[in-house]
Amino acid sequence: MSLYRAHVLICGGTGCTSSGGAKLIDEFEAQLKDAGLENEVKVVKTGCFGLCALGPVVVVYPEGAFYSRVQKEDVKEIVTEHLLKGRIVKRLVYDETLEEGKDTIKSLNEVDFYKKQMRIALRNCGVINPENVEEYIAFDGYKALATAITEMTPQEVIETIKASGLRGRGGGGFPTGLKWEFASKSVNEQKYVCCNADEGDPGAFMDRSILEGDPHSVLEAMAIAGYAIGANQGYIYIRAEYPIAVQRLQIAIDQAKEYGLLGENIFGTDFSFDIGLRLGAGAFVCGEETALMTSIEGHRGEPRPRPPFPAVKGLWGKPTILNNVETYANIPVIINNGAEWFTKIGTEKSKGTKVFALGGKINNTGLVEIPMGTTLREIVEEIGGGVPNGKAFKAAQTGGPSGGCIPASLMDTPIDYDSLISIGSMMGSGGLIVMDEDNCMVDIAKFFLEFTVDESCGKCTPCRIGTKRLLEILEKITKGNGTLEDLDRLELLCNSIKSASLCGLGQTAPNPVLSTLRYFRDEYVAHVVDKKCPAGVCKDLTSYFIVEDKCKGCSACARKCPVGAISGEIKSPFTIDQSKCIKCGACVATCKFNAIIKK
Amino acid sequence: MAKEAVIPFKGTAQQEEQLKSVIAQHKGQEGALIPVLHQAQEIYGYLPIEVQTMIADGLEVPLAEVYGVVTFYTQFSLNPKGEYKIGVCLGTACYVKGSGDILEKIKEILNLEVDGCTPDGKFSLEATRCIGACGLAPVFTINEDVYGRITADDVPGILAKYQG
Repeated sequence: MSLYRAHVLICGGTGCTSSGGAKLIDEFEAQLKDAGLENEVKVVKTGCFGLCALGPVVVVYPEGAFYSRVQKEDVKEIVTEHLLKGRIVKRLVYDETLEEGKDTIKSLNEVDFYKKQMRIALRNCGVINPENVEEYIAFDGYKALATAITEMTPQEVIETIKASGLRGRGGGGFPTGLKWEFASKSVNEQKYVCCNADEGDPGAFMDRSILEGDPHSVLEAMAIAGYAIGANQGYIYIRAEYPIAVQRLQIAIDQAKEYGLLGENIFGTDFSFDIGLRLGAGAFVCGEETALMTSIEGHRGEPRPRPPFPAVKGLWGKPTILNNVETYANIPVIINNGAEWFTKIGTEKSKGTKVFALGGKINNTGLVEIPMGTTLREIVEEIGGGVPNGKAFKAAQTGGPSGGCIPASLMDTPIDYDSLISIGSMMGSGGLIVMDEDNCMVDIAKFFLEFTVDESCGKCTPCRIGTKRLLEILEKITKGNGTLEDLDRLELLCNSIKSASLCGLGQTAPNPVLSTLRYFRDEYVAHVVDKKCPAGVCKDLTSYFIVEDKCKGCSACARKCPVGAISGEIKSPFTIDQSKCIKCGACVATCKFNAIIKK
Repeated sequence: MAKEAVIPFKGTAQQEEQLKSVIAQHKGQEGALIPVLHQAQEIYGYLPIEVQTMIADGLEVPLAEVYGVVTFYTQFSLNPKGEYKIGVCLGTACYVKGSGDILEKIKEILNLEVDGCTPDGKFSLEATRCIGACGLAPVFTINEDVYGRITADDVPGILAKYQG
């Protein structure tokens, strides 16, 4: 094996690939060859570093120089300056790592974005090449599987997971060890281990990043689960919309089989375990466990009533456990480091860490992993770098279409399963979308209801018809035709849907409405009583006005207006004809003097 | 919502050959229908009733069941797609950053509705679920090309590259 003096790590996650990262690998290799460095510097394609907002990301070791938004044209400079002459290209380095007046750079761990993070599930993302099993093995990969099947009994494995306090990371928060125990106690010759990689929450990409950056950790954990419950077959149900993740999982499965880490008689024992991939086809409800199994069986992905629970009667009627990707990613570390180590992280009832996909109106969009109990304020203000453009934070949305909006007044709530539920939201799978003063909360509730109406499978009436009626009331309100009674009607209907729906989709679908009603009732009232949209989002309730004092009479807006609604004389204030205005906002974008306002 | 396919089915013998081998590979396996549909859509680009009938006959499942599965999942399409498939992400992160405006702009420029296809078969438009490129929000895709961190004003210039 040859030794390299430097490594160039290039993020191969979806975010960076989409922003041009895919071209960088070839370019680096070509430029290194030109400089005669191909035997001294190694280029590695890794998983996600987390700071997607700065993508494409390239990190050069041993210095740990974090280059951001690297384009193809920048590669030559990095090669000739940094890799050949040893001078870090400051122009391209993430500015938070620069130290004033010095030539050295700060370690990434000292940067605000990474300082409060603790990477357990993401431990290998951005570190190893996910398409090379040897790199995973070098980072203790498959050691936990070896320990489990050669030194532990299945019951000991279950006890360890139970003692660790690990709870399902898909959103529900059910204790993982308990789930395994139920399945292990079900007597049947055939059992199954399934992995839910049907990450459907809009704005959530945690599982995708783990699968893209560290696929073997999931395979290893599934094999451990198989050993624990007595199953020899696993299935990963993954969204077809994640082509890179699908491809890397397939590579990982093939490599693991080639190395004897999956398949017959693993590590020479009589334990055999195989894993197959099943592609989803774009149905959000398939994230629900019974619907997911129905879909693997080849049918319309409609949920089934529980009980019987999957641990008793799951896939093809056999005892089955289903865990989420992130839950699995925690398993090998828990086996390696022990349950006690894990229980020291997090809060009393929520152990370990949680990965969040930070998005929306926030500076550092990306993937973060924090110990449970970290407050929302720490995530948004410190790790996330706050809201851009000097706007005010309004709310954070967690739990996707099943979750709720957390207002600024509750920013100091520690993030764990139970506190989030107590404030009307939920952990969810980990999407965390930040909203600022320009987002209308009624519109956001409507947005989520449009989603659930579309995605309701139609099997049960409360969800199929109830969500549709909720959406109609919300549309009425955003059009300015709502009444105060509508707000009560919303609440009543929400509670009926919650209590009467068959599966998790319907039971949680009203949460976005209930939580916005609870914390932003004044916005609803403004829509129905004053017929105003305070954020200026709902077009029917918004009007544009030209402020006389600020208008210079330049006519730029009048020329831009597509319907000729703006008129006036040059060098004197213009006016907008409200009967013609279609509220497209083109004038606001054109005005250089901020003279046009929305009311 | 899905409109009847107006474009006549133009499957070739070669495509049929491919489909038959896919069916043969999966026949008798548990849960074979969805993997077969995925591959059939890759072969034909969409799943018209002719293709569904071949699958139903081949796998020996009722056509009603095949149709039921095809219409349940949004990935499966009854209509042909355009040469350039436009997908506007309406995931939450993109939505709060204004991807709704981008969708409107595209609809306006191409005179196209969501899930529709231009008469010349050049562009088709979809409003997609989160594609996970939230760091680039708002995002839209044209085939494999991803356009991120854009505003509605950038749309005409981007589309012009494909209209030529």
